[in-house]
Amino acid sequence: MAYSKVDQGILASLRQIIPDPKRLLTDKQDLAGYSYDASFGTYWPEVVIQPKNTEEVAAVIKLANAQKIPVYPRGQSTSLSGGPLPVEGGIVLDLSKMNHKLEVHADDLIAIVSPGVLTAAIHEAAEKVGLMYPPDPSSSAVSTIGGNLAENSGGPLGLKYGVTKDYVLGLEVVTPEGEVIRTGGRTVKNVTGYDLTKLLVGSEGTLGVITEATLQLIPKPPAAATLLAIFDDIVKSGEAISKVLTSGILPAKMEIMDQACIIAVESYEPLGLPVDAEAIILIEVDGHPRAVEEEIREAAEICERIGARQVQIASTAAERANLWKARKMVSPAITRVKPTKISEDATVPRSQIPAMFSRLKQIREKYQVNLVVFGHAGDGNLHPNIVADKRDKEEMQRVEKAVEEIFQAAIELGGTLSGEHGIGNMKAPFMEMELGTAGLDMMKRIKDSWDPNNIMNPGKIFPKPGQKLNLTEE
Amino acid sequence: MSHSHNHKLPYDETFQCVQCGYCLPACPTYQTMEKETHSPRGRINLVKMAAEGHLTLDELKEPIDLCLGCRACETACPSGVEYGKILEGARDVLASYQERKTSKPMRFAQKVMFQNVFPDSKKLRLAADAIWMYQRTGLQRVAHKGKLTHILPENLWAFEEVLPKVSSPSERRKRPALFHPPTGMAPRFKVAFFKGCIMDAIFEKINRLSMELLALAGCEVIVIPSQTCCGALHAHAGRRDDTMTLAKQNIEAFEKLDVDFIVNNAGGCGAQLVEYHHLFHGDEEWEDRAKALVAKTRDITQVLGQCELPLNKPIPAVVTYQRSCHMTNVQKVTKEPVDLIRQIPGVTFREMANPNMCCGSAGIYNVIHYEESMEVLDVKMGAVKDTQASVIVTTNPGCLLQMKLGVQREGKANEMRAVHLVELLAEACGLADS
Repeated sequence: MAYSKVDQGILASLRQIIPDPKRLLTDKQDLAGYSYDASFGTYWPEVVIQPKNTEEVAAVIKLANAQKIPVYPRGQSTSLSGGPLPVEGGIVLDLSKMNHKLEVHADDLIAIVSPGVLTAAIHEAAEKVGLMYPPDPSSSAVSTIGGNLAENSGGPLGLKYGVTKDYVLGLEVVTPEGEVIRTGGRTVKNVTGYDLTKLLVGSEGTLGVITEATLQLIPKPPAAATLLAIFDDIVKSGEAISKVLTSGILPAKMEIMDQACIIAVESYEPLGLPVDAEAIILIEVDGHPRAVEEEIREAAEICERIGARQVQIASTAAERANLWKARKMVSPAITRVKPTKISEDATVPRSQIPAMFSRLKQIREKYQVNLVVFGHAGDGNLHPNIVADKRDKEEMQRVEKAVEEIFQAAIELGGTLSGEHGIGNMKAPFMEMELGTAGLDMMKRIKDSWDPNNIMNPGKIFPKPGQKLNLTEE
Repeated sequence: MSHSHNHKLPYDETFQCVQCGYCLPACPTYQTMEKETHSPRGRINLVKMAAEGHLTLDELKEPIDLCLGCRACETACPSGVEYGKILEGARDVLASYQERKTSKPMRFAQKVMFQNVFPDSKKLRLAADAIWMYQRTGLQRVAHKGKLTHILPENLWAFEEVLPKVSSPSERRKRPALFHPPTGMAPRFKVAFFKGCIMDAIFEKINRLSMELLALAGCEVIVIPSQTCCGALHAHAGRRDDTMTLAKQNIEAFEKLDVDFIVNNAGGCGAQLVEYHHLFHGDEEWEDRAKALVAKTRDITQVLGQCELPLNKPIPAVVTYQRSCHMTNVQKVTKEPVDLIRQIPGVTFREMANPNMCCGSAGIYNVIHYEESMEVLDVKMGAVKDTQASVIVTTNPGCLLQMKLGVQREGKANEMRAVHLVELLAEACGLADS
């Protein structure tokens, strides 16, 4: 399908909708700023618009639909899968300035937010009244809730509390034809008609623009405790994870770091981690103080019984922060090895974690890539990270093959391409591998009927014929 | 566009950035200007694109010029990107590119300022004399009454009104070169005082009080005349050669002294001094000599914190502290100033929201980019007002002037004052009138 270019006439119409020149960007240096996210590739938009309200969004989309110009909703572009990239040119709709509404209705246990509100701000507002908004992507201090909704973001707490979609009660959405609709509502139970809310969350901006969301909050657990367990055998650590999960304890978080991670962290900032250990796991439980105390001890005993070399328990906030430090160090540590970081989120059924580890080890050796593994072991959501140098074409080709094989391994083990980062343009080529032809076609039919002119975030989720994973700059 | 310039941009350094965006909330100009172009991630990407030839240096200029250089982004970065190096590298390239494009008189004016005035204490002294005359003779009052100063552009008369009362020429010329601890007190440290350029002209009183405070705290203080400007303003303007010349002069001057510490009282100067060795990276001789100076460099609060001050005059006030970016993000001196404030009897210390955010002063940014700077200042003053403090403490001359301007812009001159921490400590020790 051929799109129109943003010419002077269209710019003039856009200026009628957004008269403030500060919110309609066309200077080259400004366009450059909206040409990337935290994944790969550079795609220049033709114009960047920063709307302030739903009416402006609707008017822009109406115009874009009539003129057949692609539109890409964007939060703060922390996306790791290419979600906001303007791959076909057109309009980038920067929604991060739509941050005026953050209402907490404690009596209804809900929050009503506009899409540009930072996720961390929701956490803070909920906590002020003793409540909690559980989804906690690592980027929450910078990511917008709109981006979280579009990508269906997760985080370490996903194990116990689920991901973004599990906390969305209702949405206000501008459809690809520029109409404003509402889905769901402010009640926990709502079975009226199709569940469009669930369909829209995680649709990566391909079905419309979320302009408001009603989120469910839960009571904040009053206490938490964390343990760190060190294993000489990574398979044993996998057994410990399964054993804890089936013992009647439901940890809030359960994270794993492999040996390559430990070595990277230790050489970056020595924390006293054993570099000869094959894995360390971090377990956090939360809830009633007495339950927390008992559960963390029980989890520690399980780890020891399975064969942990050492277990450390922390219960004060400061001690807990200290244990989590190692996990927080992983990112800076591995980018010191090589600058380009390919962060994947392939996820497998929990029983397959040890098998996935051995597949990843084979992949590391087969393609001779710097692959480290960490992630949310408790829910099977691993983060195999490859560090490379994107200026090295030959290395990047090996990385591309390794990444492809990681996806294959995950799916063969009954898992999925993405646990929390979304598909974007990066993983689109592998969709059929997971969904099959008919499965993908069904999704495509939904897309076609919602967005007949295919103006909403084209190039995402659905592969173009012959599209391959590309990690090198064109 | 000139590719001969572009290839000198710090290209390799930009690859360290993984574009995660964690720096965005830390950046004051991203907060006030509300676009990616004015964020750390955005600027790094623009440098990369310019180096690759996708953008011209003219297109790169504004986003780089509008960076405050506060380096708060470095503390937020999980990948350890050395933003300061990228910024300074880009500024060097832009400065030499601009130099060819700048008009001759402007180039001359810049040369005079950077090569002749800042490093020349005599010339700065003469400037201070002129300001003293102006303040003393009543000309200032006349000028204000008749709004004569308003003939100047807003950015200059705004600062003219908040300039401190400078010390008289005779006071300044009578200042000893050696300060001793009170009689009967065994000297605790032997220190050299780094007096700075602007600090010693416009803020001479604070320098003098610093020396007296150090002496009162038990230090023997030496002020050598052969020292010069630290070079921070030159470095920020992309004048790397000038910076290196000044750095060498300072290294030579201070290495002749046998002292425990080289003490400064200006966050910006301190930040420049502690990174002197970066200037001489790979130069075996100078790098080591620079490192020796760096090892002895201390902010005054670090030294005072190790001594005992006779804080015997209570100051009953709510006090808040505007952290200097260069103290916080580069020197990483954050605890000592607050500890000292808390030690003053009568003081209630109240931290403002987002205390690490830049005030918008940033060297001479507030003069060159007045409007952008005032937007940052307005955010800052909002946080200050929320604390209901009557005293705003700073530890850097630029921040001090900016906060004085903030107080004035808010119309709070009757209920609020901005002071250097040294002034407040001196007051609490009975060294100075308020």
